[in-house]
Amino acid sequence: MKKQSFSNQWLVFAIVVSALLLSATQGHAVRVKEFDRSGKLVVSDKTAAEQQPVYDIKNKAADKTFPVPRPPFSDGIFPCSQCHIYMKPNPQRRTLTEYHTEIVLHHAEGQRWCTDCHNLLNRDKLRLVSGELIDFTESYRLCGQCHGDKFRDWKVGIHGKRTGFWNGEKQYLLCVHCHNPHDPKFKALKPLPPPVRPGAARH
Amino acid sequence: MSEITKVDYIQHRSRRKFLKGLAAGVGLIALPSKDAAAAVWDEFFQRHFRELSRDELKGVIARLEKDYSKKFAKQVTVKTTPPIEGVLYGYGLDLSRCIGCRRCVYACVKENNQSRDPQIHWIRVLQLDKEKGVDLSHAEHYYNPDKVPEKGHFYMPVQCQQCEKPPCTKVCPVQATWKENDGIVVVDYNWCIGCRYCMAACPYGARHFNWGKPNLPAAEMNPVTHYLGNRPRPKGVVEKCTFCIQRTREQPGRYPACEEICPVGARKFGNLLDPNSEIRYLIENKRVFKLKDDLNTQPKFFYFYAT
Repeated sequence: MKKQSFSNQWLVFAIVVSALLLSATQGHAVRVKEFDRSGKLVVSDKTAAEQQPVYDIKNKAADKTFPVPRPPFSDGIFPCSQCHIYMKPNPQRRTLTEYHTEIVLHHAEGQRWCTDCHNLLNRDKLRLVSGELIDFTESYRLCGQCHGDKFRDWKVGIHGKRTGFWNGEKQYLLCVHCHNPHDPKFKALKPLPPPVRPGAARH
Repeated sequence: MSEITKVDYIQHRSRRKFLKGLAAGVGLIALPSKDAAAAVWDEFFQRHFRELSRDELKGVIARLEKDYSKKFAKQVTVKTTPPIEGVLYGYGLDLSRCIGCRRCVYACVKENNQSRDPQIHWIRVLQLDKEKGVDLSHAEHYYNPDKVPEKGHFYMPVQCQQCEKPPCTKVCPVQATWKENDGIVVVDYNWCIGCRYCMAACPYGARHFNWGKPNLPAAEMNPVTHYLGNRPRPKGVVEKCTFCIQRTREQPGRYPACEEICPVGARKFGNLLDPNSEIRYLIENKRVFKLKDDLNTQPKFFYFYAT
């Protein structure tokens, strides 16, 4: 009996203390300890409101652009408008029989159709989900809509190949230089010859 | 008694004369022809690369450039570019991307003037079982299927790991190999005596010996060379990967040849001391391991998984 009242006392005490602490922190600056990417400790005083991430969509800075070579178009296919300007846009999902028959869509084909990425009215542009029209040279933004982790790695030069200078100008490749956007799995290659076995030349 | 001594003496004199004459004759035959003589003696008495004075180095480079240009019938340059201040090179290799196509092996041979026959490869691509993981006792490097990657396998290229504590340089009896300030382990081919102790000491099989006279077709010879890197090697010396010292030490420095050729972008290269470099990003954000970490060689070659 005596033991129980003792634990009750503790419970009340704990509630009171935590309530006091909570009221003290509301609206006041809190010391925030964070580790940056290189593992360095960063201490800053931020109010609770400041700790909330803010996304200013309207005034956000322009995205960094990446120097890329010309997209790997098939010969004579670009600009698309050289043919499509004479055609009536047809948003109907269908099997193509006259043109582009060589394209076999093997990229979430169940959910996808040409005009999800290719803009219907202006064929020389690609279309993001937001409705924004982008050039073919910026197609990484289109791919990055779904493949965000790869996009993040690509921007810092981890996913994909960069050429140029390790301490100077670097050249990126677009996603589509290595992955066919309609069938993106990287294709198997013939390996170059294996090394000569030691002693093989002597026999 | 005195008669016998006299005869002995005469015989002795004549034998000595004969031997002297023989030595002089052999020496004369062995001596190089007049125009080549200076170069041969210069090469024979050339001092260790790090002990050369500025003028001596100039002479050595002029001699080498002249020799190579004549031998390969094109203008060959031999650079001695020193390390860049504040740079420590690091290499990253993405095991989740490599498909084992061996493009890097042959790009390296071409860039670094390796002997074609007898064949020397600085990079060796191991085929490993996905089930067994990085288990070198099941590694296969003579694989040759029609298409790679093969199912159930992954691939691990192995080359010089540019150790921070290189066992190879410790065992060299003449200090012909050492670690430069930018972390690259180099060899002075003119100082190497070919004892191959370093090959025994290296746990990665990254050093290679010129058992025969290197066969390098003049048309395929890369004329942009570095004294400590890809200049043509003589028979009987050890050679190894230098992170393409002739490319990477420039300002701006090109990527190594193996990095540039990789069709899947599995190879990463940069300055370990630059917090914004791609090599630092992958070390801080990806799963990374070093080959044979338990030996405490402290490689600057990092295998990682980007996925």
